[in-house]
Amino acid sequence: MSDIAIRVDGMGKQYKIGLTQERYRTLRDSLMQTFQAPVEMVRNSRRERNSRKELRAANEYIWALQDVSFDVRKGEVLGVIGRNGAGKSTLLKILSRVTEPSTGFAEIHGRVGSLLEVGTGFHPELTGRENVYLNGAILGMTRSEIGKKFDEIVTFSEVEKFIDTPVKRYSSGMYLRLAFAVAAHLEPDILVVDEVLAVGDAEFQRKCLGKMSSVANEGRTVLFVSHNMSAILRLTQESIVLDKGHMIKRAETPAAVDYYLSSGYAQIGERIWEADEIPPDSAPFRPIAVRLRDAQHRVVDSVRSVDPIDIEIEYQLDAPVTGLRVGMYLMTTHGEYILTSFDTDDPQQFEHYRVRPVGRYISRCTIPADFLNEGRYVLGLNASSYRIRRYFQDEQAMTFSVDASGAPGMQWPEQRLGPVRPRLAWQIEENTGESLR
Amino acid sequence: MAQSSLVQNEKEEIIYIRPPQGWLGLNLKDLWLYRELIYFLIWRDVKVRYKQTALGASWAIIQPLMTMVVFTVLFGRVAKVPTDGIPYPIFSYTALLPWGLFTKALTDAGKSLIHNRSMITKVYFPRLVIPISSVVSGIVDFALAFTILIGMLIYYNSDLGGNYDITPNYAVITLPLFLLLAMVTSLGVGLWLSALNVIYRDVNYILPFITQIWLFITPVAYPASMIPEKWQLVYALNPMTGVVEGFRWALLGMEPAPGPMVAVSTVISIIILITGLFYFRRMERTFADLV
Repeated sequence: MSDIAIRVDGMGKQYKIGLTQERYRTLRDSLMQTFQAPVEMVRNSRRERNSRKELRAANEYIWALQDVSFDVRKGEVLGVIGRNGAGKSTLLKILSRVTEPSTGFAEIHGRVGSLLEVGTGFHPELTGRENVYLNGAILGMTRSEIGKKFDEIVTFSEVEKFIDTPVKRYSSGMYLRLAFAVAAHLEPDILVVDEVLAVGDAEFQRKCLGKMSSVANEGRTVLFVSHNMSAILRLTQESIVLDKGHMIKRAETPAAVDYYLSSGYAQIGERIWEADEIPPDSAPFRPIAVRLRDAQHRVVDSVRSVDPIDIEIEYQLDAPVTGLRVGMYLMTTHGEYILTSFDTDDPQQFEHYRVRPVGRYISRCTIPADFLNEGRYVLGLNASSYRIRRYFQDEQAMTFSVDASGAPGMQWPEQRLGPVRPRLAWQIEENTGESLR
Repeated sequence: MAQSSLVQNEKEEIIYIRPPQGWLGLNLKDLWLYRELIYFLIWRDVKVRYKQTALGASWAIIQPLMTMVVFTVLFGRVAKVPTDGIPYPIFSYTALLPWGLFTKALTDAGKSLIHNRSMITKVYFPRLVIPISSVVSGIVDFALAFTILIGMLIYYNSDLGGNYDITPNYAVITLPLFLLLAMVTSLGVGLWLSALNVIYRDVNYILPFITQIWLFITPVAYPASMIPEKWQLVYALNPMTGVVEGFRWALLGMEPAPGPMVAVSTVISIIILITGLFYFRRMERTFADLV
């Protein structure tokens, strides 16, 4: 018996564009091609046309994953990080045998449990109890296994009182708790987890995270995908970084997270979302751009600590949204959160925008002068309605750097600890004999 | 699915994942491991089927009953279709039972993969589980509708119904076999349709049309004996012919036994099932990407 749990060798997965995600594009493209083809035929010589055809054939396929190789030892908790569309989910889908690779080979030692989504197969008409059994069976548990753990599952989910109520009457929070509870009590040798923590409220997320770390501590092999860098840092020792389907790094998690957050997308103070970067389930919220502006209203990538910074979030609402809050996270490149702030934090503002109508918006705020320390920071974006839905989230929307020139304490050219560097009004009083008395 | 195999090795399973090539084995072992999932999916289908309907499970009875009434008026009274001395209502109802099972299985299985999209794209399990459970869950409706047939048998044998004397004879013991044949046929056609439906959604539109045409070429409203002798075996190439005639023979004691017809239908039915299984397995690998 070897101590390898997962061995992946030269794994690749090719998708035909238009077949998988964007059906509408195929139709439009084929219409376009129909109209353009005769024109092109006249215009181009045969040779040119052939090369063009080849180019198009190559473009119709995309590699969601290409030549990925790694090993996971037994009991290891491996993090998988990367931007949207980097191939993380494809990798997990292949390893959990939902879809098969186009190239390469993988060897998995042990029973795999995959948690690509919670509540798979939940039926709204069935009661909580019935759904626990059904969902358990779908995840590969036997009836007796579920029976043994049933009480534990129900206690964990905190829905005891409603366990015999159809889940269509559940609040979304209850639904998620129950769904996660079933999944969390799955006991495979290898657990493959995708972003399940990205749902639910903060308290629920804490609970899930706690459960995940206890799973990790039990010596189970875990493959963990998340956008939540602090979760990755907490749960994993080592991580791999995927970018555009390639594995670009494998390192100790802090190093990998640092590499991921600070490299790659040197956006010049602005992040613009292309149509294919926006997940379809974010509708009606459509992010357009996030920008950083300095005191002179210029879009900048690097700002001075002593100047105020304007952050602009531009977005489109395709339908009115109730209780919407659009906001940002500010994080260090080590994955520590500095702050979270929403545009409707002010109760009066929230009252005023109770229902935000259709339209194009800019939510803007100012980070005051003398606030951030020097270094590189990550700006995340979140649009949600509290306890109702998260429309969109990108924890690494863009990065920017802060220059400390002129900040307090610059007379000492040393690195200051901590992400903030406020100008505090120190008072120095001389101790006279009087106060000693 | 990925070409994968489970190997018992010092209590440890090793799963190999490779790009699949060509035709796959049926992997019946995996199917056996997931038998409880089949059970749960059947149970879910049955539980949910008539939720929030005013008439509930009586729909399972109303459907064949109403069809029987219409057939009795049109074919029994107006067209005067010969039924070998058997009252037309019971003659057609006996055929409508397996026919209902078949059409329901076709419709449900055909759409089953699309309906269970969320499961297919998120969790591994043998995909065969889905059409199998949707075909088998039709048994419950069949059983409910069957009770009416028993009632009709009692009625037509009593003074009230005219003392027809259509007591089932020894042949009734073969009924489970014909039920099995009906299931095999349903599953075979259902597998083809469900796999095709993932790739070509046209199947959704063709389905009602298929069942309609198929009804006309199956001896539901009329006896198979109306077909000229020399065409009988060709007629039996429709596997539902054997099923329906078998049901009548087993339940109503109609003579002679439809031996050759049933034989032909059984062979065809098994061919459809086996090709359906292999076709399904071949297409299965693309389900998660296409569904």
